Amino acid sequence: MVKKVITGNGASANGARLAKPKVIAAYPITPQTSIIEKLALMVSNGELDAKFIKVESEHSAMAACIAAQNTGVRTYTASSSHGLALMHELLMWASGARLPIVMTDVNRAMGPPWSIWADQQDTIAQRDTGWIQFYVASNQEALDTIILAYKVAETVNLPAMSIEDAFILSHTMESVDIPEQETVDSFLPPYEPKFRLKVGEPMGFGSLVMPEGYMEFRYKISEAMDEARNVIRTVGKEFGETFGRKYGLVEEYKTDDAEVVLVIAGSVASTAMEVVDMMRDEGKKAGVLRIRSFRPFPYEEIRKVAKQAGLIGVFDRSYTGGFGGAIGTEVKGALYNSDASLPVKNYIAGLGGRDITPKVLRKIFEDMFESLNGGVKKEVEWVGLRDGSGRW
Amino acid sequence: MIEIRFHGRGGQGAVIASEMVAVAAASEGYDVSAFPYFGVERRGAPVTAFTRLDRRPIRTKCQIYEPDYVVILDTALLETVDVLAGLKESGVVLVNTDKTPADMKAILKTDRRVITVDATAIAIRNRLGSSASPIVNTAIVGAFARISGLLSLESTKKSVMDLAPVKKENNAQAAEDAYNETKEE
Repeated sequence: MVKKVITGNGASANGARLAKPKVIAAYPITPQTSIIEKLALMVSNGELDAKFIKVESEHSAMAACIAAQNTGVRTYTASSSHGLALMHELLMWASGARLPIVMTDVNRAMGPPWSIWADQQDTIAQRDTGWIQFYVASNQEALDTIILAYKVAETVNLPAMSIEDAFILSHTMESVDIPEQETVDSFLPPYEPKFRLKVGEPMGFGSLVMPEGYMEFRYKISEAMDEARNVIRTVGKEFGETFGRKYGLVEEYKTDDAEVVLVIAGSVASTAMEVVDMMRDEGKKAGVLRIRSFRPFPYEEIRKVAKQAGLIGVFDRSYTGGFGGAIGTEVKGALYNSDASLPVKNYIAGLGGRDITPKVLRKIFEDMFESLNGGVKKEVEWVGLRDGSGRW
Repeated sequence: MIEIRFHGRGGQGAVIASEMVAVAAASEGYDVSAFPYFGVERRGAPVTAFTRLDRRPIRTKCQIYEPDYVVILDTALLETVDVLAGLKESGVVLVNTDKTPADMKAILKTDRRVITVDATAIAIRNRLGSSASPIVNTAIVGAFARISGLLSLESTKKSVMDLAPVKKENNAQAAEDAYNETKEE
């Protein structure tokens, strides 16, 4: 193990290198990030034995990964914002064809207006593509999640995405433990798919299915996604035993006795944990539930926390136009048929990279305590809006 | 937690300076993070970069608004950038200039601690960049190590050697020269 100070993009590139993909296909220009640049260098200098395919669009990048993965090899790609949107059709194909492709998305806002900054709209918009989605909160986790994602994806035969915040992780250097190749190899064995395209053995993938058969294929995907929930828990535990860093579907921070719990995905959760400690120093019982796996959705973990909390706040760094944020509506959905009966307030914040400081998070926690005592006055509230109200 | 903000212009190496401080601090057991201002980069334009150091794991993931140290690589920025914005009461300013700390303090109109180093002269002497456009970042990192007392000269030089893309020895020498020539009155 080597400890290095590297960016989130460097961490993701190292995670991909250690997972030994045989094919990396990527579009090299904006909105591409330096992840691909670093991997191209590793391939060219012999550090990574893989075929690097430079393609003319992100749509083609995913098409190349699909074709390569069909031949029975591990593949990887990375993209961001509009590049991920352009991939949409092929993201559907990858999950439908049950190909455990792993990619990294650098979370960025969608234009217009043009923006290159942190926002979860690009990946939230891909919620229904059948991909497992992991939101990471540190550079270490960006590296670890790629290795872990391959193991989960290859167990349930679904593709997986590791998602890191633009700039806040992608361009920020942090101390990262880079595991030894041998340790990674012992954790992640070579990819051995049940079916693969071979020259001389014709086989069809993804052909036409009549209405009598289609639903069963979709049901199998739904079952695999449900199975992924337990696989993530098991593999996350095994990861902890091998590398000393354990991961689950969520990370709970001081939720055991919390009166208010803020649910967050991504690196803002890390800052929020710092703020929870400040609030606790003042005797205010706040907690954070960080969603690491958004797909599959950790509804059991959310129900558990809701059992003892008085109010749940949900932080969404995206919006769905019509009814708050996606995580907000899903948390409410998870609670409706449960024993929990508590108010949920949805905060929309940090869109287009607006910086989420401890001060902003503190105001959110204070608003949660106010809502706990005085009732939720606004179910969905945009935080820090320059609307002249001076509220935030 | 110690928070440092660097002000330079594109091409002077402010971002790499923030990284060199982080790498040196990491080698001395600090948890670190280093990042540029989240924006769009252009040569010659004002550049801001940040470093955080802590003995505990750093969980704060946002930009720095109330730094403990402000490091100014180019005094031409004083006309356009509010370099002292948010500087803590106990904060320290390190400036690349041939002026004395007292003169610089008057120019900055501040009551904070001001320290100066002629990083430009040190860079030119060590043949870093051209005399019209010297690369002053490694000298300023050496000066920072000295005034902050946070980093040893050895770990600073090692970090400079690791991260300087070219002329590694000259850059390490510039850091050492600055470490020895930084002035405070």
